[in-house]
Amino acid sequence: MTLTIPTFSLISIGPWLTLALGAILILLVDALSKGRKTYFPYFSLAVLALAAFQTIDLWGAQSTDFARMVYVDNFAFLFYLILILGAALTILLSRPYLEEWGKDMGEYYALILFATVGMMMMAASAHMIMIFLGLEVMSIAVYVLAGFFREDARSNEAALKYLVLGAFASAFLLFGMAFLYGAAGGSLYLDELAKRLTDAATLTKPLTLLAIALLVVGFGFKVAAVPFHMWTPDVYEGAPTSITAYMAVAVKAAAFAAFARVFFLAFPAFHVNWHMLLWVLAVATMTLGNVVAIAQTNIKRMLAYSSIAHAGYILVALVAANQLGAVSILYYLLAYTLMNIGAFGVVILVARKKDSYLNIYDYSGLAYQHPGLAAGMAVFMFALAGMPPTAGFVGKFYIFSAAVQAGYIWLAILGVMNSLVSVYYYLRITVLMYMRPAEADLGPIAFTPAVTACVIATAVATVLVGIFPGWFYDLAMNSVKIFPSL
Amino acid sequence: MLINYVPVLLYMGIVVGLIGSIVLLSELLGKKRHTPQKDIPYECGMDPIGDARYRYTVRFYVIAMFFIVFDIEAIFLYPWGVIFKDLGWFGFAEMAIFVFVLVVGLAYVWGKGALEWE
Amino acid sequence: MAVPLSYYLALSVVLFALGAIGVLIRRNILIILMCIEMMLNAVNIAFIGFANAFQAIDGQMFVFFVMTVAAAEVAVGLALVVAIFRNRATVYVDDLNILKW
Repeated sequence: MTLTIPTFSLISIGPWLTLALGAILILLVDALSKGRKTYFPYFSLAVLALAAFQTIDLWGAQSTDFARMVYVDNFAFLFYLILILGAALTILLSRPYLEEWGKDMGEYYALILFATVGMMMMAASAHMIMIFLGLEVMSIAVYVLAGFFREDARSNEAALKYLVLGAFASAFLLFGMAFLYGAAGGSLYLDELAKRLTDAATLTKPLTLLAIALLVVGFGFKVAAVPFHMWTPDVYEGAPTSITAYMAVAVKAAAFAAFARVFFLAFPAFHVNWHMLLWVLAVATMTLGNVVAIAQTNIKRMLAYSSIAHAGYILVALVAANQLGAVSILYYLLAYTLMNIGAFGVVILVARKKDSYLNIYDYSGLAYQHPGLAAGMAVFMFALAGMPPTAGFVGKFYIFSAAVQAGYIWLAILGVMNSLVSVYYYLRITVLMYMRPAEADLGPIAFTPAVTACVIATAVATVLVGIFPGWFYDLAMNSVKIFPSL
Repeated sequence: MLINYVPVLLYMGIVVGLIGSIVLLSELLGKKRHTPQKDIPYECGMDPIGDARYRYTVRFYVIAMFFIVFDIEAIFLYPWGVIFKDLGWFGFAEMAIFVFVLVVGLAYVWGKGALEWE
Repeated sequence: MAVPLSYYLALSVVLFALGAIGVLIRRNILIILMCIEMMLNAVNIAFIGFANAFQAIDGQMFVFFVMTVAAAEVAVGLALVVAIFRNRATVYVDDLNILKW
């Protein structure tokens, strides 16, 4: 028997290898050397920067590697950059917060790097096995991170809920993949699925439809789409705030990367069916997220429901399924990464003493005591509400234009109405900060350099990306050319 | 035809002989001191008779977790072992990397002191 | 004599449904974790069945990965159960009610 070992190039997965090796090194150093180590955040940031450079170096390639298991294309690279940005901003936020809880440990940074590798695998996968592996590498790391404050009952509870429901959802995703395997006659390559599922459509149609529904359940869970959102508020509230930020932006981005790639590439023949399904999901997600967010008084819970609503907006772009739609997914995820991590940065700064100040009324009068911080929060709130001239506005503009272009007028109208509803609860924070007297003296806020820099950078970037969307639009347009069916 | 199975027969003979001689030798040479502790049927260190709602110490769970994680990785060694020769040095290097990652995990567990019973 | 594909699939669907029902109605975390394992193994049966029917190898490969990932998931789950038990002395999900479920 002779085996032909496929050729491959490690360079095409260079960013993954860098991050994985960095994480392994952190684990080893942490376990095998004595004393407190303070250099892990810097080291992780350096590793992320190296991975970003590798990604930029790869830019423009368009091929597959590792026996067609991995796509090496700009769509993946752009997601790599968004994910690296999310991870880097999270690490900037983390240090003082972890120290406050006495949990500044090497594992934290290693797990973030591992989770980022998993997300990159999802963004680049060309085969269902890769999607599953990436999803689990990401999820298992994030389960642990959610429960990172081991002595805190809320963190425990959040992690366990996330794990149980997450594993439940991945079982559905896997069952969908199994049926897809059956329907396609024994192949799980995304590009081959598209060919096979059209040929024998009559015989295997019910099986394919069932598989699509199950995949939607699995991905819908990870992006927190209604009705698979039940875990979101609890987990976001209980998890460490920096991890909540990371979950809200990076996990969502990675899940949408895989979601978009699978549905755009593998199911063009079934677009009528999945458009209809996702249409309903998008409307339900936007509406429930926005309406329930109004009733929240805990800022982390409010941002959790807001994150559900934002998943709904991105689902609108997925339903539109045209080039502008795909571009707007990328653009919106970048904008969301900036504005949401910024908002959580402010939450971390305000919620001192082991998260004692998480109520939204703790923000009353913030503008009088800490004008700079309040201004930053106001920028993020305006951006999340989708007001010009921020990135949030441009993102929503692209999404709803894409929906109109694709003929989903009603979907666009419902989306705009939802944005109007969302203005209420985002502006409420701003009103509290600027127009209410402080309920009590907030006391000093420790403006640690890294967190402050992160908040300032995200605030500036939120506005800049909103005023000059062109450069990123071109990048995104360039990267979505890989989808032939759009 | 049947002659091909002679190695199997030989193997079985060696196994039976080896086990038999070990049991016999320990029976002949070993000390025979009976204590109540020693006469309990061996059940992995558990009391064979008693309340079924006995609570295990949490250390068993930690060891069980490590066992699950490291044990299941052996699954990848079987298909590799079947075509080991055909894969050649490339396969060897791949598996070496895989095992290296496992060793990192073990080193981490060890370095963190999770293998200490007390 | 080969077992027909439909038998595999029927077994797989039944096991999957049992596991899913178990996750939803049982209250002991350890049993919930076992039910999740059952769902994953139901998926494995479906993959093996299809791989056998198509004489394709990817299905079996997938099963290996599912098994390892399931082990990792369960290890994390057990670790969390131990942490929760240390904090709260309970293994019942009904007692986990600090956060609104």
